[in-house]
Amino acid sequence: MSTTRAAPASSGRGAAHGRGGSGADERRLSWRNRLYRFDMRYMPYLLIAPFFLLFVLFGLFPLIFNGVVALRNYRLDDPTLPYWAGVENFTRLFGDEDFWNALYNTFGIFLLSSVPQLLLALIVASLLNRKLRLQTWWRVGMLLPYVTPIVASSMVFSVFFSRDFGMANWALGLFGYGSPEAPIDWRADKTHSWIAIATMVNWKWIGYNALLYLAAMQSIPRDVYEASAIDGAGPWRQLWRITVPMIQPIIVFTVVLSTIGGLQLFTEPMLFDPNAQTATGGPNGEWQTIAQLIYKVGWKDLNLGYAAAMSWALFLIILVVAGINTLLTNRLSGGRR
Amino acid sequence: MTAVAPPRPAAPVRRNRPALMGRAPQDTPAGVGTYLLLAVTMLFAVFPLYWMFVIATSNDEALAKLPPAVVPGDRFMTNVEEVFSLQDVFFAASMVNSVIVSVVVTASVLFFCSLAGFAFAKLRFAGRNALMLFVVLTLTVPNQLGIVALYIVMGKLGWNGTLLAVIAPGLVTAFGVFYMRQFIVNSVPDELVESARVDGASTMRVYWNIVLPAIRPALAVLGLLTFVATWNDFQWPLITLSGSDYPTSMVAISDLASGNYVIYRRVLAGAFIATVPLLIMLFIGGRQIVRGIMEGAVKS
Repeated sequence: MSTTRAAPASSGRGAAHGRGGSGADERRLSWRNRLYRFDMRYMPYLLIAPFFLLFVLFGLFPLIFNGVVALRNYRLDDPTLPYWAGVENFTRLFGDEDFWNALYNTFGIFLLSSVPQLLLALIVASLLNRKLRLQTWWRVGMLLPYVTPIVASSMVFSVFFSRDFGMANWALGLFGYGSPEAPIDWRADKTHSWIAIATMVNWKWIGYNALLYLAAMQSIPRDVYEASAIDGAGPWRQLWRITVPMIQPIIVFTVVLSTIGGLQLFTEPMLFDPNAQTATGGPNGEWQTIAQLIYKVGWKDLNLGYAAAMSWALFLIILVVAGINTLLTNRLSGGRR
Repeated sequence: MTAVAPPRPAAPVRRNRPALMGRAPQDTPAGVGTYLLLAVTMLFAVFPLYWMFVIATSNDEALAKLPPAVVPGDRFMTNVEEVFSLQDVFFAASMVNSVIVSVVVTASVLFFCSLAGFAFAKLRFAGRNALMLFVVLTLTVPNQLGIVALYIVMGKLGWNGTLLAVIAPGLVTAFGVFYMRQFIVNSVPDELVESARVDGASTMRVYWNIVLPAIRPALAVLGLLTFVATWNDFQWPLITLSGSDYPTSMVAISDLASGNYVIYRRVLAGAFIATVPLLIMLFIGGRQIVRGIMEGAVKS
């Protein structure tokens, strides 16, 4: 690193110094030399420029511009409205039943998906964290749901959870739950539709999170386990008293990831609905999430200004919840020790 | 003496336990129970995919059977032909579009993110740390939240309804830069860069001859992850491509599934076709994907 670090300095200050020293050096500052200086000084910026340009244009700018749109009357079907709406789009949120309903649904599905997801991932990871035959293939297999398009798996699960002839009802029937005469209608109420959608989310992400946990588990120093054995801790206690506190940073990371992802849930609830195009999340919004409501308000009701305000509300909610969850997880997984 | 006797049988057990338990889990051979539980987990992971294939190969009656059909039928080609010949869904075109979008986005992410990652890892320039901090901070910002404004931007550019609108937002990712930087810091020795400099190599020459060959494994990982994510993207393509003749395969499948009378063997045949490329990728590059995900975990 020393040369590369020193290089810009020498091409700047060092070269200047040499120039002041003698006239011969100055003449030797040939065009090749100038090229070299350009390369040293400006090339780094050229290398990062494409990233920053594209990122600012299509990532950052929309995010900020979203805030401007939220303050405007931006209706695709009615351009005659006054340009600025002030905070009207935001105040309207507070009285919007659809918004609160969607918020409620989003949190319900989020709880039903993230908690079992991370707990099961932890267990799967501790299963994988053994000397295994065909080790790689077990790990690759866990990623099958991860690479499967959510659109594809959501279609499969939609059929699983159909009222008549659905695999879920049939399987539950085997355990004496429900009956063919009065099958569970998974799309009739909040609880059942939430469970169905949470199942899709859990299926997709358990294996992925398990690999994240596995990676962290394998970097725990071995002597920690040696020390723990003296207290006579069994595998289960070992998992909760040693492994979990030791991999706490990655647990916090997955909690934040699943909060960000879970609160923006879109594809699963969309395709769970036989009338997906309406984006209502069931006949009475039983499982309509905020991301879905944003889509509906923006592109079905054509009110982009209001949809933008909702996006900002969702952004704030995600920030707050991610913060709370981080604190909670820190307490729960670290406090056990 | 008699008072000492009872604990004695327990003593060897106690002495053995530390030897057995002191081993780290990853050094302990898996027992039958572990294999059994893993097999059950795997069954849950595979079954929905398998069943997608079962319905994709069946006739309409397979969905109205109890107990449910679990054996593939013989109508796969029929269903596939039906999907491809639908007049209002453009399934073949949508597959081509998905390939175009995913390949362009992946190539762009690999190129631009490795360039920037190289600059952040091995070059000195004013503002480097501040700019890198900016990249890290934006890692967690979900750009889905700017989707309304993105739609308006694309509208101003006249790109809505075209593949350009789908491709442009994916061309670079903060994660890509972060990942590349981490890998280059660790895998490209400074001495190598220095000696190339002494020999008069330009920055681009260093990138091309030294950095690129060294980061091939990371390119494979980032490429696979990017391809999978791009192929599977649904929300933004749905918004910008709605009603256009250029859907991606994910949008086309959701089109198959909309309407009053949905023919699921067709939907799942389409879904299966759109899943196969990813299954092949996982089969070939699974090792790399696993390693990429696990390395990312330790570093973060």
